Amino acid sequence: MVAEPARLTDAPALEEETSAPTLRLRVDRVTHQFGPNLVLDDVTLEIAPGEVLALVGPSGCGKSTLLNILGGLLLPTKGGVLIHGEPRPDCLNALTYVFQDFALLPWRTVAGNISLVLEDKLRDEKARRERISEMLRLTGLENFAHAYPKQLSGGMRQRVGIARALAVRPACLFMDEPLSALDAQTRALLLEEFALLIARAAITTVYVTHNLNEAVRLANRVVVLSRRPGRIKAIVDIDRPAELRREDDPELLVAEKTLWSMIRDEASAADRELEDAR
Amino acid sequence: MRDETLVPLRAASFSPRNRPWAGAATLAVVIIIWQAGSSAGLISELFLPSPVAVGWALWRLALSGDLWANLLASFVRLAVGWTLGTAVGVALGFAVGMFTLVRSPVLALVSALFPIPKIALVPLFIIWFGIGEGSKFATLAIGVLFPTVISTYSGIDNVQRNLIAMGQSFNLSTWSIVRKIVLPGALPSVLAGFRITISVAIILLVAAEMIGADSGIGAFILSAGNLYRTDDLIAGVVILSLMGLSLAAILTRVERAVFSWR
Repeated sequence: MVAEPARLTDAPALEEETSAPTLRLRVDRVTHQFGPNLVLDDVTLEIAPGEVLALVGPSGCGKSTLLNILGGLLLPTKGGVLIHGEPRPDCLNALTYVFQDFALLPWRTVAGNISLVLEDKLRDEKARRERISEMLRLTGLENFAHAYPKQLSGGMRQRVGIARALAVRPACLFMDEPLSALDAQTRALLLEEFALLIARAAITTVYVTHNLNEAVRLANRVVVLSRRPGRIKAIVDIDRPAELRREDDPELLVAEKTLWSMIRDEASAADRELEDAR
Repeated sequence: MRDETLVPLRAASFSPRNRPWAGAATLAVVIIIWQAGSSAGLISELFLPSPVAVGWALWRLALSGDLWANLLASFVRLAVGWTLGTAVGVALGFAVGMFTLVRSPVLALVSALFPIPKIALVPLFIIWFGIGEGSKFATLAIGVLFPTVISTYSGIDNVQRNLIAMGQSFNLSTWSIVRKIVLPGALPSVLAGFRITISVAIILLVAAEMIGADSGIGAFILSAGNLYRTDDLIAGVVILSLMGLSLAAILTRVERAVFSWR
């Protein structure tokens, strides 16, 4: 039950990929406090339609908090997120998440978990079944439609997570460390698939990670947050087209080094501050 | 010269295993010793009738129809009382788990009333609901109500919040989140509560039947005791034990069917 599927380079593309994404997000002077702790301090950020943006920074810098604020799962203490434009007409849920812990219902099968997010809006059962099998094909899960999450490996579970997210034809995809619960080998495999799926679907993506390699492999733009309270420290553009990016791409390695040099000081300072706080 | 020894396993034990045959064998051994004691004349038949005598009593009761009449009376009380208490308890527990407005008031009432031994209330229930079936239903229902409220709301409290946030992030309707995430998530705890409330209901059933009833297993046991018919008395007790066992077995079946995904 836990075999990994073959690489998905020849998986079918999402339908209607021609219509360009138009939804624009703007993080406007967002400040957030958890109790006495200032987590995000006056963050302003423009997210262009169709771009893949990675959010990196030392632990506790508020990157996950910012992601939750982006999709309306958390109300910031000050400021807000402004949304501009209309999602495509077939979009069922404009702002859609992929979760670190997968967040699958253990009592539903793979197909049932995807069905869950369609049942309210895609009323026609035939259309729903077609959408589900399209997503299963896309993520290489055809043979696992009737498996329960417990029977799947972590990598397969996160494939269900992404299949579920893409099933609603989102305008924006928010991914909160989607690979960090997986082992290194599965992570490497899934990273390639994600890169492909995201590029194909041309969905605006915000990807939170502490893994700089993931950031440079996936993103057009990497936003570096400072240690708590999180502020935007730098924005690094990565122009290399997605289909040319390889694991050992020297240009990407350089970008990764640059990012690490920016984060290292922040990370070690953050580490010491946590120590002091104890 | 090498002097090697095997590293001993130190991580053993602390993991008891289930051996159903050992359980059945234990019961059999106890019954055999009991019968042997009676047959040898070590145990007086009045003091503790032998298993064979209890078996004959059961046989006699089954033939005369006494067993079935009493069993039916008890079973109806159990079914009505337990269902009533469970229905109200699950509804209240759900409300406690979902609504701030309900939570503290109902929990305060539950905390205050749960510790009262319900048997102490039976005379009051007889005044309120009459000596007939009403007071029995009420005793069982009240006894079942409180544990059901607690198991239901704690089940809802323990539904993983990330699953609910997931549902919200996909813009599922509140009704969908309740029906497809919250209720199935709370179900294991609710069913675990049933296991407890079935036993509670049987205990209260017998107590209520002993206080004011002329039918039912409880009344039968009481009158057998009054007449020093200890074989009938033990027969009644055996029936209660079998009743509890079969209800628990049914519940196990239900749980297996509902939680096949585990």
